[in-house]
Amino acid sequence: MRNLIILFIIYTISTNALALIEVDITRGNLNPLPIAVSPLSIDEDSKKKFKSILEKENIGSEISLIVEKNLKTSGLFNPLNKDAFLQAPDIANLKPRFEDWNLIKAQALITGKVKFQNEKLRVEFRLWDVLAGKEMMALAFTTVPSNWRRVGHIITDKVYERLTGEKGYFDTRIIYVAEEGPKTRRIKKLAIMDQDGSNNKFLTLGNELVLTPRFNPTSQMVTYLSYFRNLPRVYLLDIETGMQEVVGDFPGMTFAPRFSPDGKKIIMSFAKDGNSEIYTMDLENRIVEKITNHPSIDTSPSYSPDGKYICFNSDRSGYQQIYIMKSDGTKVKRISFGKGLYGTPVWSPRGDLIAFTKLHKGKFYIGVMRIDGSGERLLTENFYQEAPSWSPNGRVLIFYRETKTNDKGEGFSAKLWSIDLTGYNERLVTTPTDASDPSWSSLLSN
Amino acid sequence: MKLNKILKNAFLITFACLALSACATQKKTTGQMQGDVYTGTDTVEYLASGVPDRVFFATNESVLTTASRETLRKQAAWLRKNSEITIVLEGHADERGTREYNLALGERRANAAKDYLMTYGISSDRISVLSYGKERPVDSGSNPLAWSKNRRSVTVKAN
Repeated sequence: MRNLIILFIIYTISTNALALIEVDITRGNLNPLPIAVSPLSIDEDSKKKFKSILEKENIGSEISLIVEKNLKTSGLFNPLNKDAFLQAPDIANLKPRFEDWNLIKAQALITGKVKFQNEKLRVEFRLWDVLAGKEMMALAFTTVPSNWRRVGHIITDKVYERLTGEKGYFDTRIIYVAEEGPKTRRIKKLAIMDQDGSNNKFLTLGNELVLTPRFNPTSQMVTYLSYFRNLPRVYLLDIETGMQEVVGDFPGMTFAPRFSPDGKKIIMSFAKDGNSEIYTMDLENRIVEKITNHPSIDTSPSYSPDGKYICFNSDRSGYQQIYIMKSDGTKVKRISFGKGLYGTPVWSPRGDLIAFTKLHKGKFYIGVMRIDGSGERLLTENFYQEAPSWSPNGRVLIFYRETKTNDKGEGFSAKLWSIDLTGYNERLVTTPTDASDPSWSSLLSN
Repeated sequence: MKLNKILKNAFLITFACLALSACATQKKTTGQMQGDVYTGTDTVEYLASGVPDRVFFATNESVLTTASRETLRKQAAWLRKNSEITIVLEGHADERGTREYNLALGERRANAAKDYLMTYGISSDRISVLSYGKERPVDSGSNPLAWSKNRRSVTVKAN
């Protein structure tokens, strides 16, 4: 955990490049960009040093594999098979022989160099436009060796940003609920992992039921629901220190927590006497404000990125629908009018869309609509799925999906899945155990 | 109590068979459901002889059915007789809804039962409410009958 706060020193080596290649991200992954990720070159001395510290045979190759896997997972890139590479990594990093890379149909090329320097890991990399025969970007990082995986993610973020014009989402983490045991007596733990599934770690022991963890967009704090002592309450967890505290200790159940975009408030539901209302709590002065006032169920609140509006779920029309209101609770307006029930609205980090879960004719959908409710698009349909969470750049949604059991009640599973905003590139996100309630962190570095 | 349950189950099976032969076009689950409210006793336990511990709800509803009100009146009578007993009403939902909405729905169902017990003279001091949403189904099946058993409020002795 501690290495998160160790700063990456990032500097530009040289950039004399123009935007020559561009990846179109507005459509599906019909033509992913062919890209060659050359293994990062490494001298023998550094190789031995890193091997003794990190127990990896060749850290240069390992980092390039992370980049390659990230790019492939994005659906926008097609990393080419390394067996076809003609040029050695060290030479390619100095000056690629563009004809060779052109021959294997690479349009972009990533090269780089890894060095052990003053007990630190120094990585430089370059992005090349193969067709134009030009360097597009060159950067170097210095960090502690244990951060090597993050170096791979940061390189991917830089490449992604350079080629798509949008921030990446690779140097991020996912917090989720790890599940085990029979459906009737499920054991649930908070767990955290890197966006690519590595560094999985359990944060609670499973002694009490925990649900719906969500990241603070500005720090590594998490808010979630815990049934500690059979009192369902909203808690705060500092994942750096492991400190937990109850924040929603109201005389009843508090649930469905989320942070405000500035990270200073928690917005949540409070249920009492059969009525759920939305409240906020200021984390600094602990002042509580009641936002909704209606005898129906009001839950699943989520702020707009500027903090001025809240979208939420209410059954005031008789059934679950999506509403928006100003952050003081005024100007409540229903925005979902399609057929079926709507739940779990989440405001996109870009502000223009709301992702949701929809139930219609016995099927569950993950979809998006504009903030006025127009332009509804359903991205995926299944027996059961819900709770989308946005990648920090607003390009990808992660959610969970449960399987139907057979006549004997067997065959239940819960897994995390991701899908692009385009509706393409649906992927299983592998976790060591069953999993649900994912929440995507913001970028750890910029 | 066990015997009671076995007998009841046996009765139900007979009943289901009768229902089947009487109306061959109906699905076999209808013998244990009215509309989509569970009317069987497979999962029911007893707080005392003749006092069932749970009531069932229709999809997305928290309205008490006639049968539920009868069950709750029995519970109220038993609670009046045993004035030292305190209870927890555990509200549940089926798996066909979003987690957060189901937490609220479970709370609303348990409170529907609480309100009814209170109108029959049980003090709110003796009742606490706990919603599990869809987290603790009794039947792990993914079919309408299983879901009907899971939409429930269960009265649990707290002391």
